[in-house]
Amino acid sequence: MFDRRLIQNFDWVLLLLLLIVAAISILNLYSATYATHNEFGFQVFVKQIYWFLIGFILFFLMTTFNYYALERLAYPIYFFSIGLLVLVLIVGKTASGSQRWLNLGPVSFQASELAKIAILLVLAKFFSEKGWHQEYRLRDLWQPFLLISIPTALILKEPDLGTALLLVVVSFSIILLVKVKWKSLAILVVSTLSVAPFIWSGLKEYQRLRVLTFLRPEMDPLGAGYHINQSKIAIGSGLFWGKGFLKGTQTRLHFLPEQHTDFAFSVLAEEWGFMGSVILLLLYLFLVLWGLKIAMNSKDKFGSLLAVGIVAIIFWQVVINVGMVTGLLPVVGNPLVLFSYGGSSLISTMAATGLLMNISMRRFMFQ
Amino acid sequence: MKTSDFDPASFQVFNKQIQRATLFILVVFGVLILRLWFLQIVNGPVYRSKSEHNRIRLQDISPSRGIIFDRRGEVLVDNRPSYNLYIIPEEVQDQGRLLESLSRLIVLDPGPTGELLDKASRGLPFKPVCVKRDISRNELAIIETHRFNLPGVLIAVKQQRRYISGYLASHLLGYLGEITEQQLKTGEYPDNKSGDLVGKSGVEWKWQAVLNGKRGGAQVEVDAAGRTIQVISRKPPVSGSDISLTIDRSLQALAEKALHGKRGAIVAMDPQNGEILALASSPPYDPNLFVGGIDKTNWDRIVSSEDFVLQNRALTGQYPPGSVFKIVVALAGLQEGVIDPGEELYCNGIYALGRSKYRCWKKYGHGKVGFHKALVESCDIYFYKMGMRLGVDRIGAYAKKFGLGVKTGIDVGREKGGLIPTREWKLKKWGVPWQAGETVSLSIGQSFILVTPLQMARMISAVFSGGSVHRPQLTKKIGKTPADKVHGSSLEGKGRLEIKQEYLELVKKALVGVVNEPHGTGSKARVKNITVAGKTGTAQVVALKKGKGKQDPEEVPFKFRDHAWFLAVAPAENPKIAIAVLVEHGGHGGSAAAPIAKEIIEAYLREPG
Repeated sequence: MFDRRLIQNFDWVLLLLLLIVAAISILNLYSATYATHNEFGFQVFVKQIYWFLIGFILFFLMTTFNYYALERLAYPIYFFSIGLLVLVLIVGKTASGSQRWLNLGPVSFQASELAKIAILLVLAKFFSEKGWHQEYRLRDLWQPFLLISIPTALILKEPDLGTALLLVVVSFSIILLVKVKWKSLAILVVSTLSVAPFIWSGLKEYQRLRVLTFLRPEMDPLGAGYHINQSKIAIGSGLFWGKGFLKGTQTRLHFLPEQHTDFAFSVLAEEWGFMGSVILLLLYLFLVLWGLKIAMNSKDKFGSLLAVGIVAIIFWQVVINVGMVTGLLPVVGNPLVLFSYGGSSLISTMAATGLLMNISMRRFMFQ
Repeated sequence: MKTSDFDPASFQVFNKQIQRATLFILVVFGVLILRLWFLQIVNGPVYRSKSEHNRIRLQDISPSRGIIFDRRGEVLVDNRPSYNLYIIPEEVQDQGRLLESLSRLIVLDPGPTGELLDKASRGLPFKPVCVKRDISRNELAIIETHRFNLPGVLIAVKQQRRYISGYLASHLLGYLGEITEQQLKTGEYPDNKSGDLVGKSGVEWKWQAVLNGKRGGAQVEVDAAGRTIQVISRKPPVSGSDISLTIDRSLQALAEKALHGKRGAIVAMDPQNGEILALASSPPYDPNLFVGGIDKTNWDRIVSSEDFVLQNRALTGQYPPGSVFKIVVALAGLQEGVIDPGEELYCNGIYALGRSKYRCWKKYGHGKVGFHKALVESCDIYFYKMGMRLGVDRIGAYAKKFGLGVKTGIDVGREKGGLIPTREWKLKKWGVPWQAGETVSLSIGQSFILVTPLQMARMISAVFSGGSVHRPQLTKKIGKTPADKVHGSSLEGKGRLEIKQEYLELVKKALVGVVNEPHGTGSKARVKNITVAGKTGTAQVVALKKGKGKQDPEEVPFKFRDHAWFLAVAPAENPKIAIAVLVEHGGHGGSAAAPIAKEIIEAYLREPG
């Protein structure tokens, strides 16, 4: 029987936040691709509308079942996603030097997107079973470490440094949240730092170079360094009110690289200024805090941890991307979640926020 | 039942952690917003003015292309500075007017240039588009004088390829041309982008990746006229590696001179290791014409010429070998035991097979002919008989052992394989069985058989190098590394002739006789104090009517005249050079080709050192 309380508990705030971000994203994509005279620009903008529609359908689908089911399915989903990652390395489609895409007839899919959610599920399951009775020591954590490192290693192999890094950061956020002993944490940090020089000397010359450019874009004056310079000019020149919709000169003249994907935020900042960019950031902040509220309101540990994981994914992607385009963080090449053009990332994020809604809707239910 | 409901203790810990996380999140967002404040409010005006005249550009720094040397270190191809004219479309106010004023100052066609600019404007912003390469000093001066009336026009120095001796070794060195869209798409040119010149043939093509080097670049700030004010950061280019070839520049020049005014090819090779000493194809062309983008008149002249100027005849010219093929048939006959070296056959000038009659080139015959005399005097009847004893397929098998009818695997240049006919091939290709008469023709290198001059040079080398069939090699060094290190072991003897030494000695002796004995057909290749060995060949272009014999060359129209072949090795005791000379429609090998071989041998072996 359908439970009426589900409708009563429908989380309108969450839906509204998503709709507003989606609307701004599409408006911004329209501007980012407006200067591209050919059909391509138009296609990008229309395609993203379709992706959002599919995303919202998935969002609602994700609310139709009880998320407890996922606790049982956590491992099957996890191993399925590992299988996909291996498949990608064998038969995946290569785009600009890395093998990330699985071809599914007309559409291709980034298998690492499913891996993100799968990791959240297994970590939530693991820690919800263990609980918070004691602070974790390192030896209690070998299992989560293993669960994290397998997909991370496979994604690194593609190579997709950005996604691998995101997985690690998100997983550690969850581990930190369940509380680890200070001493264990210190041991972990110290041992990582002491191993680093050995790993470094074991790397090949070109691998070192790649890491160095990643950390210091100035080392690649013609690639990342140039992109960041132009992005900073775009953002800074927006001043307080921005140059106005469709009036961004950096965008019009194509000084911005990847302006519909990785640097979409720079387009917004140029055209809508400090006002516009802060409003978008506050929307993300609100979304993240609302997610934490959902986590707190959930009556079971699995739901809480899953919600925290989803929040962490959104939070870190915003920080990494905005940090990158403003020149605070290394150039990873991660898109701005829910905002940049790109089907795979959008679909998986919408599915994840659907789960968040699922958890929110069932916050008062007992079995 | 689910097991993971919160117990009060856990819930308390969790709540506390969430509060900490919230604080952390607020701080991070605060940092991001502060960063935006700093960029947009504090430094905003600076960035705003930078964006209004966005003058940060990426400039390419082209790497210099590797230099090509000959085996003695003489420069064959290098680079020289050239002035190129660029237009930055974004900085041009009125394109039509600019092009018009430009065309009044220098030679420039406004129509195509305009199209070029329109096409380019869809690329990177403020990317200079090259509208004319290698302008003259005069034009340079004119443009510089009018510079301030020509906004958006830019002159930059680029390196331009220079083929030092123009026509010399043109087929071998190849030429450059603008990279095509398809080439860019293949991903085989990771260091190039559109507008780049890349090797289109010869060494320039084969070693493109090595010669090219890696592009550098700079992030620069420019002024309104497009001139660099400040270099923000720079990545130096990496020059391409130099290439040393196995050819000898002066020998190459001599070979080309010998072919001047003729169509043909010469291959000179070190018989001991397959290194090519000279490789000439005539007529040649001037690769310098292609460097700045070849103009239409020159291109039409080159392409429409009946001489097929661009064809490298030494590698892709396929000709019937004529009598030089008797070397192969002779060795096959000895090794297979179908003939005894002492056995004498009778030549009365005519060989009858069924109702057909096949003639010897010597009208009234050679009389009694043994093995040695047959080769020295090139008796056709002797070889007709020997060929019939061998049969087509055995002849073909030996020809293949000598590397005929297959690509030689030479390291530079596109080549053709030629053709060695077999029964199977004939049936498949023509749907008719092999005819006995065709075996008769095949034994003197006629009928369907086709070979390239390069294959011939290798064949004669194999006879004189104790039976090793080498892979021909044109590259001696890449950078400082010997080429065989780069190729691996593939330069080692590609195959060995499984032929007894004593038979090889018999043939070698006979080939010395061809040049040095009174009745030898190759006497014009005789060199004082050096034992030259050789073999003449006169390959029919059209099958003459059976039984009609050969005609006086002067009576035959040029395109039906025989091709002249001469193969030579010297010195016979200690071979240092093997040569194949082919003169298209040159007539008799002994008179048209042998003197050329002589000249080359003299020059190469007389030279001190």
